[in-house]
Amino acid sequence: MSTEEVRLFIGPQHPGVTGNMSIEVLLKGDTITWAKTHIGYLHRAFEKLMERRIFIKSFPLVCRICVPESDTNEENLARGLEELADIEIPERAKWIRTLVLELSRLQMFIMWYGGIAGSMGLSTPVQWGIGDRDYILDLFEELTGGRVYHIYILPGGVRKDLPEGFEERVLKTMDLIERRLPEYDELIMDNAVEQKRLKGLAPIPKEWVEEMGITGPVARACGFPYDVRKNSPYEAYDKLDFDVITEDGCDVWSMLLVRRREIDLSIKLIREIVSKMPKGEFLTRLPNVLYWEIPKGETYVKSEATRGEFGYYIFTDGSGKPRRVHVKGPSFIHGITLLERLLVGQNIADVAPILVALQICPPEMER
Amino acid sequence: MGLKEVLKPLGAWRQIARKPHTILVPKVHREAAERYRGFHVNDLGKCIGCGTCAAVCPNEAIDMVKIEGIEGKKGDSGFRPRIDYGRCCWCGLCVDSCPTTSLRMTNEYIWIREAPDDFVYIPGYDIKGFEQKEKGYRKDKEHSFTDYHRVPMREKEPEERLQTFAEVVLGYTEEEARKEADRCIGCGLCISGCPDRMHIPDYIRAVASGEYERSVNIMYENNPFAELCGKVCTRRCESYCSLGNEGDPVAIRWLKRFATERFSDLKEVIRARKQELKDKSVGIIGAGPGGLTAAYYLALRGYKVTVYEAMPEAGGMTMAGIPKYRFPLPSLKKQVEFILSQGVELKTNYFVDPEKFRNLMEIHDAIYLGVGLLKPWKLGVPGEDHPNVIYAIDYLRKVNFNESVKIGNEVVVIGGGDVAIDAARVSRRFGAKVTIGYRRRKVDMPADREEIEGAEEEGVEIWEKIIPLRVEDAPEGRVKLVYGKARMVDQGPGRRPKPVLIEGEEYEILVDRIIVAIGQQADLTFLPQEFAEKMEVERGRIKVNERQMTSISGIFAGGDVANRVADAISAIADGLRAVKGIELYFQGKS
Ligand SMILES: Cc1cc2nc3c(=O)[nH]c(=O)nc-3n(C[C@H](O)[C@H](O)[C@H](O)COP(=O)(O)OP(=O)(O)OC[C@H]3O[C@@H](n4cnc5c(N)ncnc54)[C@H](O)[C@@H]3O)c2cc1C
Ligand code: SF4
Ligand code: SF4
Repeated sequence: MSTEEVRLFIGPQHPGVTGNMSIEVLLKGDTITWAKTHIGYLHRAFEKLMERRIFIKSFPLVCRICVPESDTNEENLARGLEELADIEIPERAKWIRTLVLELSRLQMFIMWYGGIAGSMGLSTPVQWGIGDRDYILDLFEELTGGRVYHIYILPGGVRKDLPEGFEERVLKTMDLIERRLPEYDELIMDNAVEQKRLKGLAPIPKEWVEEMGITGPVARACGFPYDVRKNSPYEAYDKLDFDVITEDGCDVWSMLLVRRREIDLSIKLIREIVSKMPKGEFLTRLPNVLYWEIPKGETYVKSEATRGEFGYYIFTDGSGKPRRVHVKGPSFIHGITLLERLLVGQNIADVAPILVALQICPPEMER
Repeated sequence: MGLKEVLKPLGAWRQIARKPHTILVPKVHREAAERYRGFHVNDLGKCIGCGTCAAVCPNEAIDMVKIEGIEGKKGDSGFRPRIDYGRCCWCGLCVDSCPTTSLRMTNEYIWIREAPDDFVYIPGYDIKGFEQKEKGYRKDKEHSFTDYHRVPMREKEPEERLQTFAEVVLGYTEEEARKEADRCIGCGLCISGCPDRMHIPDYIRAVASGEYERSVNIMYENNPFAELCGKVCTRRCESYCSLGNEGDPVAIRWLKRFATERFSDLKEVIRARKQELKDKSVGIIGAGPGGLTAAYYLALRGYKVTVYEAMPEAGGMTMAGIPKYRFPLPSLKKQVEFILSQGVELKTNYFVDPEKFRNLMEIHDAIYLGVGLLKPWKLGVPGEDHPNVIYAIDYLRKVNFNESVKIGNEVVVIGGGDVAIDAARVSRRFGAKVTIGYRRRKVDMPADREEIEGAEEEGVEIWEKIIPLRVEDAPEGRVKLVYGKARMVDQGPGRRPKPVLIEGEEYEILVDRIIVAIGQQADLTFLPQEFAEKMEVERGRIKVNERQMTSISGIFAGGDVANRVADAISAIADGLRAVKGIELYFQGKS
């Protein structure tokens, strides 16, 4: 190692790092010449724990794989098990699940929107993001009984029906958020500092998208119209009217633009879901969950999380517990494969916005 | 980029005049949502300590603990859940699994204490102040983990039933049985209600997973009359099924029926381990379910067993009493033959009189009395010796042994128990018009509810509060029952109201036969005097200790003759207990 280079650990205790991980970098001046992602600070062994649990007991567990967007995990696991156990769920359950997933995406994007500004020291929208997200968490609380960990999507459907008047309150909250968005835009999008710093930052060579398996808003910011909701629709997504959002800049600014447009899309989809919500049952009775055995089989189910394609590979062996569950979080690729290469040549001050732009969530790497 | 991008962000200052998102806790209390999953509360009077909450908790946050003031009893383990909030993740799976719905959550989420131990507590017992909170996460019974609805049992239509003595109940299909079995949550509280302590959750789970052979083997560990019980058991267990508190108990009896009926040759199925032969022999008097149970397990333990039975067939009252539309003969034969195949010797048409009894005492090392109750109770009213007054057990025995019986076109059955119902339903099958006269109300009838309903479906009329006064001869070979009516007099809490005759009123009914079914008593005249003198009898039943030994060393007794709960499963349980008693006796330990 040349003496001109400085070795630095960014994280795990660093406000700019998006969770319990660290990035070891070599610096020449302010420029990163080498980067390595270190994980292992969480040690939660979700996948292994699942192998020792009856199926139902995994639900309060998997929601923790992504704290702010827990529902993707519940939905994937539920849908995978339903497929393996050959359980048909009621139509209304599919729509309620879709509503939950979109609400979940929306609150995550709003928080993210504040977060990207925060990563460059603009802390006002961070508070806003957290505050406005809470109005959606109020809805979750009312619907599911929990604000963050909902444990609401279970195999067979959803745990409770929509409460009386819930749809109107969802619509009201959408109006409230929509009214607030221009203020965020003024502060973030229309901000000279943000524009100067983010436009053209960390461009991703287009060929990396396919080479590495990049998905989600990052891929779509590189012009790839890949969105699981559209490409392999699940729950009620095939009955919703929307186009995949793409931008072409491949840089952090384009990722910001994609996500900003996703916020509008989520609001639109939520209104559409509410207007099309079918009546009827919301839960198919499961076999006795204490003894539920699922025939031998394997499946891979996936969905579109705010960070990209989120998947569950589930292998059952006919017993009451899964033989193997593998959780594919998009952050595994974005936070290791992509990040380590993308950081090379970047200014150290931009590490935080890049991390946020890739929306890296360490529990997804350490399942 | 220009001046606009510098000025626009300043719009954020608008916030300064707005109301903040946040509230000042604890000055302002924010009530959580109606279904919020907050601290638990438990209705301890409703909770039965089944432990399902603890079984489903993903975090092992629940321990079942003993607490003062709550004793275990049938259907209640006496334990209650204690929750460790250092582990609880507020998922509410426990609430959704609680079969009694006693456990729920409040919408209380703030509770501040210094001592960590304060966060390990027994909801409902350790009073925390939020017990009265109405709001919070509750179980919605129809959308929970508990299935409260029994798979209905299909039966023959009443008109069809009356044409034959074929079984009324049609049985579960495999799919129905597995679905019904899967409802069992495995708490095991039913075992406390089974006199024989059968391993109920185990054999039910085996049915649910399609392992029928295993299921039947589990049953045979302590009951060689599993199929009998699958058809006619009084199913005390079902009264203690935890699902019964808020829904239908698991059809334990029908599941036993389903599993046992699948196998026509028990020898191929039951893997009973026979021990080496021992040089002790046991004589068993009475081939009822109790005597034969003792015989089976004694034979498995290597003892030489001989069963002496007065009737031409084995089975006791299950042969001679229970009508064939409930318990068909081939089923009894199958079970008895398997018992005999274990090396049990059976001597039928062998009535043990005092002389023979003395002889048996000589040749056997121990004796088991499973002689049942063969003598009917009489009404004790004038004119009872009229030839048209018959007794249900005599009547049913004749029917079951295909002897000819004439009952005419109209009968009245006196009594309210299962035997009365059997006599009534059998009479309906002979085409008679049947009325049951019972001295209490219909709700007080000790007979099985389903049996009462079955009888009514078949056209049996039930008259309540009937007190027979006398029997009179009537023209054309008929008979007249003169009766009075009763009024029910309250006997205080926990006791059945008593029927008291309303004086001065008399009614009559003209019939061809009066069938008396008010109970049976023991007939111990077969005991030689020197034994009868020493044999302690208490209110008509032979007194036995906890190992079924009578007051005479080496003589054991069980079943109806000793047990006030006169049903097949109690007789089976006594027989099994006696086996242990006899073995200990042989080992000189009792
Ligand atoms: C009509 C009727 C319906 C019933 N229905 C049900 C029901 O649905 N469910 C249920 O669980 N129970 C029912 N019972 C009760 C059940 O049949 C008895 O509780 C059970 O059979 C008792 O078994 P045990 O072995 O004690 O004697 P028992 O079955 O009474 O057998 C006693 C045997 O001993 C023999 N015996 C007696 N004295 C002598 C002697 N001196 N020498 C030789 N042999 C002798 C008798 O002939 C008889 O075979 C019913 C009873 C009756 C009468
Ligand atoms: S599940 Fe319900 S009834 Fe059973 S022990 Fe727990 S609280 Fe009590
Ligand atoms: S809420 Fe969940 S974690 Fe808490 S005690 Fe109940 S089952 Fe266990």
